[in-house]
Order: sequence, then structure tokens, then C-alpha cells
Amino acid sequence: MATHPFDNIRNFSIVAHIDHGKSTLADRLIQETGTVAARDMGEQMLDSMDIEKERGITIKAQTVRLEYRAQDGRDYILNLMDTPGHVDFAYEVSRSLAACEGSILVVDASQGVEAQTLANVYQALDANHEIVPVLNKIDLPAAEPERVKEQIEDVIGIDASEAIPVSAKTGLGIPDVLEAIVKRLPPPKGDETAPLKAMLVDSWYDSYLGVVVLVRIIDGVLKKGMTIRMMGSGANYGVDKVGVFRPKMTDVAQLGPGEVGFFTGSIKEVADTRVGDTITEERRLTAEALPGFKPAQPVVFCGLFPVDAADFENLRAAMGKLRLNDASFSYEMETSAALGFGFRCGFLGLLHLEIIQERLEREFNLDLISTAPSVVYKLNMADGTQIELHNPADMPDVMKISSIEEPWIRATIMTPDDYLGAIIKLCQDRRGEQVDLNYVGKRAMVVYDLPLNEVVFDFYDRLKSVSKGYASFDYAISGYRQGDLVKMSLLVNAEPVDALAMLVHRTRAEMRGRAMCEKLRELIPQHLFQIPIQAAIGGKIIARETIRALRKDVTAKCYGGDASRKRKLLDKQKEGKKRMRQFGKVEIPQEAFIAALKMDE
Amino acid sequence: MHQSSAIQASAVPARAPFDAGFGVYVHWPFCASKCPYCDFNSHVRRSPVDEARYVAAFRTELAHRAAIAPDRTVTSIFFGGGTPSLMQGATVGAILDAIAALWPVAPDAEITLEANPTSVEAGRFRDYRAAGVNRVSLGVQALNDPDLKRLGRLHSAEEALAAVRVAGDIFERYSFDLIYARPQQTAGAWRAELEQAISHAVEHLSLYQLTIEPGTWFDRLYRAGKLTTPDEDLARALWDVTQEVCDRHGMPAYEVSNHARPGAESRHNLVYWRYGEYAGVGPGAHGRLVGADGRLAMATELAPEKWLEQVERQGHGLTGAERLTPEAQGDEYLVMGLRLAEGIVPARYAALAGRPLAASRIRDLTELGLLRAEGERLAITPAGFPVLNAVISQLAA
Ligand SMILES: Nc1nc2c(ncn2[C@@H]2O[C@H](COP(=O)(O)OP(=O)(O)OP(=O)(O)O)[C@@H](O)[C@H]2O)c(=O)[nH]1
Ligand SMILES: C[S@@+](CC[C@H](N)C(=O)[O-])C[C@H]1O[C@@H](n2cnc3c(N)ncnc32)[C@H](O)[C@@H]1O
Ligand code: SF4
Ligand SMILES: [Mg+2]
Repeated sequence: MATHPFDNIRNFSIVAHIDHGKSTLADRLIQETGTVAARDMGEQMLDSMDIEKERGITIKAQTVRLEYRAQDGRDYILNLMDTPGHVDFAYEVSRSLAACEGSILVVDASQGVEAQTLANVYQALDANHEIVPVLNKIDLPAAEPERVKEQIEDVIGIDASEAIPVSAKTGLGIPDVLEAIVKRLPPPKGDETAPLKAMLVDSWYDSYLGVVVLVRIIDGVLKKGMTIRMMGSGANYGVDKVGVFRPKMTDVAQLGPGEVGFFTGSIKEVADTRVGDTITEERRLTAEALPGFKPAQPVVFCGLFPVDAADFENLRAAMGKLRLNDASFSYEMETSAALGFGFRCGFLGLLHLEIIQERLEREFNLDLISTAPSVVYKLNMADGTQIELHNPADMPDVMKISSIEEPWIRATIMTPDDYLGAIIKLCQDRRGEQVDLNYVGKRAMVVYDLPLNEVVFDFYDRLKSVSKGYASFDYAISGYRQGDLVKMSLLVNAEPVDALAMLVHRTRAEMRGRAMCEKLRELIPQHLFQIPIQAAIGGKIIARETIRALRKDVTAKCYGGDASRKRKLLDKQKEGKKRMRQFGKVEIPQEAFIAALKMDE
Repeated sequence: MHQSSAIQASAVPARAPFDAGFGVYVHWPFCASKCPYCDFNSHVRRSPVDEARYVAAFRTELAHRAAIAPDRTVTSIFFGGGTPSLMQGATVGAILDAIAALWPVAPDAEITLEANPTSVEAGRFRDYRAAGVNRVSLGVQALNDPDLKRLGRLHSAEEALAAVRVAGDIFERYSFDLIYARPQQTAGAWRAELEQAISHAVEHLSLYQLTIEPGTWFDRLYRAGKLTTPDEDLARALWDVTQEVCDRHGMPAYEVSNHARPGAESRHNLVYWRYGEYAGVGPGAHGRLVGADGRLAMATELAPEKWLEQVERQGHGLTGAERLTPEAQGDEYLVMGLRLAEGIVPARYAALAGRPLAASRIRDLTELGLLRAEGERLAITPAGFPVLNAVISQLAA
């Protein structure tokens, strides 16, 4: 039998700019379809990690199966995928899109189209998705659904005449969304008699079940007891359990074409699953593998070290487990003079870095310290060899280096005309070279070549703020170029802090040095003595700030009833001190190592 | 117990370092109005308070504490608030009798009552004296009327000074409180006010820098940007002025905010700072008693009526009695003891905490001139006092 549509199934992603209400809309769809009993509903149900609930953002794409009886009287299976909005997690979005035929595009009707609305909707269009625009938050007085409709048509260029006005908060318009999913999105196609062909969408480690694999079935069926093969690695595994998320894991007899679900089995190793791999049956191989995903490219590197050296092996194990949960970060061992044994890790961006660090600390109960983020430099040595430098602290004697090369990117920025001037200035300030500038409708598209080390720290933040969030940004590594780079050291209380050392372009050194000294002055708390902070190239001081000694902090009243209060305060301070790193006599808060690099020009 | 014999303002007895005395604290939780800076457990009631019912409840709670800590001799009693000077003299007398029925009271026991300096309250001073109170602590707060008004006080400066004079006539010992670092106060204005105040002080003064306490009205104003407090430099300058003026008048700080002529310290408060034992009764009162199984941190129900009902029902008003770990005891000894100019005894810290203080930290802080070791004691220096919190957190880490 040939490929045919599975009319009662719809697979869709929810995409939007950060905070436009994807997860809240998902809650309403779960509720409206009765997937979860009203009394068991929470808020942003699919944001299951503590860190997601606390920050109110989605980090991991999540999936849930809904059963819906439509107005046509038929029963449908809807597979919903909630996705993250932040640019660092675009990779999660792309995987979810590959497992669906359609997308719900959520736009906050009080805010309108924003940077990641564009980035995500273009990804969905690239994945050949049918798109249903939804105007959310119409309960807000500031909502302007008509204006936002126009904007969607002007800026994105898709038909918004049938955009559905909703409030994910009050539930208004939710039945219309369900009907539109059934009527406007196409069903998946497949052939249930063909050999199994499934896409490995995601996988993670569950402490009870071991490795859990999220799959989208293209052809054939996946059943308990089968032996499957991962085509990329060639390894075979037995299948113990097959199921779907509703949103709790629920066993099913089998998964057929078009369905999204999970399986567990004899997979033991972190390295055994590769996101994007094709899964088939060992006895009956599919002829052709799926194209797979292009691997996520880490762009920011930093060292992560255990505060307590004895935790090194625990950190290694934790990294292994987390990596299974998040294929987009990489790690390799490194040693530092000041910080001992740890790992140099690669991340998709700064938020990604922050979150991985927090998850390691929280889920694996580790205390970590991180170094300044860096990119990978190539050093051409006087003896003709070339070495890669991942860590500025490892920089060899300058006399032995003949030249240094740094990675460059080609960046494409789309922006409303109003912000073009500010964006061009930002790129010029960051040593950018303009490659192209033209207009797409009312939006300007400007292409720049930029050194990656000028981009990693805070370029997104700056871009967002100079464009009020309206610019969208995309880039690809374009290669290495020679540059006049020097190593800048930071000295705190006259002692160099190797975790803050960095390579900078000579023309930018003084400005960066000054900015870092100022930042550190704000970040390092006052001590009982004065602390000089200096930036230096070689032996030469290029910037200096001073943190004044503390002058007055004593509590005025403290009687019999205050002993408990003061003791608890002291306990808190002790906890706080654990997040500090001692350099000589100075305690530097761990956040300082990253925050020092964010500049507010 | 009706002690009416004059008690000498004798020198602080030279106690063994591990015996800080035994104090009883009685909390009276009512005030005529709520001051905007105050976060004490104080409540305003429209209808008169049934004092007899409270006396009965105090008696019950005292008996409960005496069962946990019998065999003590009371060296001090303190009526704090709220505003204890709203109590009838007979109420104070009945509570003192209840205490004396449970524990022996030392003949030289210090018995203090906190009073608000209005004329109404000054009118009750004789009754308190007759009941056995031998020391009052008056909440004067400021010596100019506009500032008193802003602090929400019900008395004028003149009325407060009159109350101070009445107190001086009636009691062997008295003290009064001032709040400084008030909004817009300059170092010069404070110096003048303090000089004036000190001329009315005989032996003891409490001088508190205004603290913006969470949940108070001042806190709301502060967060709305409608009230400014001195920055670090001005706060330090005001501190320095305070020390300079008081030192010159022979009333150095024996505790962060408390000044006295040598020997005239508040013995009751010394019990807290020397980390001695004290029983606390009344709504929101705290206590530290060493029972059969270690040192207990005790606290009571805050709401007066709920406290009353709980005491009547359960025989005590406690909401918790936590046994303190060695580490917690060491920490409490540090945070309390280092507030005193006399400092702490490191050997006692080691005995409480089960481990000694880190020698390297003592050395670093001594090198910075913030701590000094003197014989068996370790004390904060004048330079260390204003940054005491940071010194303690360094030492405790
Ligand atoms: N007033 C109003 N608020 C809403 C509505 N929908 C969502 N919100 C609020 O908007 C905020 C963001 O909602 P989320 O559902 O977490 O947004 P998200 O798009 O999933 O965010 P990311 O996953 O971080 O990209 C939350 O505070 C929601 O309560 C709505 O219809 N009306
Ligand atoms: C228990 S209170 C007040 C006793 C009495 N009801 C009175 O107001 O006079 C003891 C002292 O603490 C001081 N005080 C209270 N709140 C303060 C604050 N927020 N900042 C500084 N000192 C404060 C006042 O000087 C007050 O006299
Ligand atoms: S300062 Fe004194 S009078 Fe004012 S509310 Fe507080 S306890 Fe009552
Ligand atoms: Mg979300």
C-alpha cells in the first residue's frame, strides 16, 4: 500500500516570540479537550522543569497528545508541540517543526510582531508548514488585533485575514483554534505497511526509565518487543515500552504513521542517540534515511569548574546526562591554574550557558564556577605550527606567536527602517564590515561581516535594545581571519584572575578594559578594605577602578528577640559566600565572571 | 514582691565569663498609636484591655518557663513593648509577684520598664516605683517637635524632657532613647541635639540609627522614593559624631547603640549580648533557656488575643521551641557578643560551637585593625564597630 493521509491526525507546533503566550495557549488546548481534569490543571503545564517555571520561559520543546471531537462529529488526535521563544533555543524549535505539518503562530496582540516572531515563522515556512495565525491577549486593553493583522501581512507576508483572536488567559476563542487546527492544517501522510521509518526528535534521561526517545513515525509501526536500528550509529536496541504524552507518559500498543510518541528500551549510553537520526526496524530496513538535522553549532565557550575539586567526577557524570537532554551543548576536559580540573563547554548563546550552569547546579546538586566566555582562536606559531586556543588563560608567550586568527561570521539583520542607523552604528563599533544593504518591503535587510568575539557576549542584547526588539538576527560562521589581537588580563587587588583574561583587538582593548573594570566595581561587593581593579596588556595598566572599603553596615537594634533573626541572616550570608570565589583576599561573586562582559555602551 | 528599698546603680558584677545572669522579659504588646518606623510587635486597641486576664496568662506562661528552667536566680526583669507604661501599676506589681513566686530574685535585681514620655504616663511612674520597678527607659526619640511629629510621636520635646525629670526624681536609674539619621538630618544638627540630650542624661543613653524596617509605613515611603536615608558616608559621619560626643562626656558605647557611664550598663540587655539565659513571656516574646536537652530558642504567638487564648488553652503561648545546634549557638554568641565593647571569649565560642574560630580569619581582621585580642577576650575595635556586620560574617564563614 502506498503513502496516504491519516485524516484523523494533526501534528502542529506553537511558535511565537518569547512571552507571547505559547505555553498558556497550550494549557487552554489541554484543558478544552479534557486531556487533563480541571482540578489537575496548573499554569504553563508543559514547562515542567523548575527553572522553566521560575523564569516563566520554555527551554525544552514539549509535546502532548490531545483527543478532540470536532464539530464535524469525528474524533481527532492532535499532537501539540510547545516550543521555546528565545533565540538561543532556536535549535529546539527547528526539531519540533520537522516533526509537524503545521504551526500555530501566536502573536501578542498588544505587542505585535517581534524579532523571534519573524525568525520562528520563517523557520516554519522553510519546513513547508501550513500556518494558522492567532492573535493572543485580546483581553488586554492595549490589544490592537486589527493593526497586528496588518503587520503580520506587511512584515511576514502571510495572509492574516483569518487570524483567530483569542485570550489564552480567559479561554476566549479557544474552540475556534481547535477547529482551525482540524480544518486548516493538513494531516500527515505515510504508509503503515512499509518498513519502519521514524525521526528521532529528542531524547533525555529519566531516572526511572533510563533513556527516553521522542519519535515521529513517518512510515510503518513501532511496537513493544521490536528490535530497532539507529541508522546513523548502526546500533540495534530492543523496545520495552511505547507510549504518548497526555501530558503524563501513557503506554500505547503501537505508534503508526504520523504519530508522535516515545519509546524506551535497551539504550544505555548517552552517546547512543543522535537527535535527527532515522530509526528503522532491524529485520526490515527502510531504504532511505531522513535528511537529519544540521548539528547545532556552539558559538560561546567557557570553562565550568566545580567549586569543590572533589566534585569533578560528579560534574563529568552530570554533563553526560544533561548532554543527552540537550544535544546542543558540548564539553571537553580542561585544567586551569586557578580553578583546577573542569570542562570547557560550548553553548548556543549566553542564556543557554546560564541555564545549563543553573541546571547542573540544581538538578545535580553541584556548585560551579564559570570563566569568561570565549571563541576559538588559531595561533600561528613562530616555529610554523598552528594551535587552537579555546581558553585565553592558556595563551603562550607572545614572542613565540607570529600571528593570531579569529572566527568571523556573516550576519543578516532585518529591521524596520527606523532602527537602521542605530544598528549600523552598533555593527561598525563592533569592527563590522558592511556587505549588503537593501529593502524588503518596509524592512531593511543589512548584511555584515563581524568578528565573532565582538558578538558573543552581548550583541543580541544590544541589538534588541537599539531596535526595541524588532530586529531579527541570523548568522553563519564565515571563516578565520588574521587580526591584531592581544591578551588582556584583569587584576583584582593586584592579583591576575585567569578566569577573566580575554583576547581583544588592540583598538578595542582600552575601551573593553575600562568597561570591565567599571562592571567589576559594581559586581564585587564592598570589602573591609579597598580593592584596586586593573586591566593590563603585558605589564602595562590600561584601565583602573577602585572599590572603596565598607564604611558603615552595623545593625542599630539587636535585643533578645533578634538573635534568631540575626543568626538566619548569617546563615544566608554563609550560603552567599559559597557562590563566591576567593582570589587572594577578595571574594568575587560567581555571576561576575559572565556579567563583567556585558557592556552597556 | 514590692521592693521599695533603693538599689544602688552598682558596677556590673564581674561574673565568670560563662555566667551572664538570668533575665525575665515581659512583653506588653499595646500602644496608643503605631509609629511609622516601628516593627515591634505592637498593636493599637480601641477598647480597654482586660489587664487582669493578661496577668493571669503571664502567670501561666511564667510557670511554664520555670518548669523548664527551675533553680535560677533572677538578676534582671524587663517590661518591654509596645508600651508597658500603658499598664496599671497594679498589673506590673502582680507580674513581679508572680515572678518572685517562681524563682528567687536577687536583692540587687535590675527591674526596668519601657515608657513613652507623655504626661499621662509620667503620672503612673510613682505606682511603678511602688510596684518594684527601679529603672525606666524612655522613648524620647528626638528633641525637636517637627521631627517628633514626622516620627509619629504623641509627645512634644518639652513634654518628653518633663517626663525625663519626673523619672529622675522617682527612679534610681533611668535611660532614654533617641533615633538619629532621620530624613534630612545633618551631622551638625545631630551634634547639637546630642549635646543637649546628654545634658539630661545621668548614666545611660540608647542612640539608634533609624532603620527602615520591612513592612513599616516608612518602608513604603522609602520604596516609593518619598523618604531618603543617609548614604554610607553620611551614616558614617553621624556615627562618628555620636562616638565623639559620647566619649567626651564619659559615656562611651558599651554596645553598638548603647552608651553608659562605666557600671551603669543595662544589666538586662547585657544578658542578651553575653548570650546568657532569659525567659520571654507575652505575645511575640523570645527566650533562650538551657533545658535538659540543650539550649532552646523559644518564640511565642504574636497576635495578643491569640496568644491569650493559646495560653489559657495550652498553658503556654509558644509557637516554637527549637533546640539549637552547636553551630547555631556559636553563631548567636558571635552576633550578640561582638556587639559589646568587651567582646567575646573565643574559648566559650569553641565550647558552644564545637569548633574554634578560624585563626587565619582572626589574624586577617586583626591586621585590618578591626578586631583586637586582649587576654582571653576578642573584641571589636572602634574602627570595627561601624562595619560590625561584615566583620561577623567574615569571622563566621
Ligand atoms: N493578559 C493575558 N496574559 C496572557 C495571555 N496569554 C499569556 N499571558 C501571559 O503572558 C506571559 C507569558 O506567557 P507564556 O505562555 O509563558 O509565554 P511563552 O510564549 O510560552 O513564553 P516562552 O516559552 O518563554 O517563549 C504569562 O505571564 C502569561 O500569564 C492572555 O491571553 N492574556
Ligand atoms: C521597643 S521600642 C519602643 C518603646 C516605646 N514604646 C517607645 O516608643 O518609646 C525601643 C526603641 O527602639 C527604637 N526604635 C524602634 N524602631 C526603630 C527603628 N525603625 N529604627 C531605629 N530605632 C528604632 C526606638 O528608639 C525605641 O524607643
Ligand atoms: S515605637 Fe514604641 S510607641 Fe511607637 S509603635 Fe513602636 S512600640 Fe509603640
Ligand atoms: Mg513557553
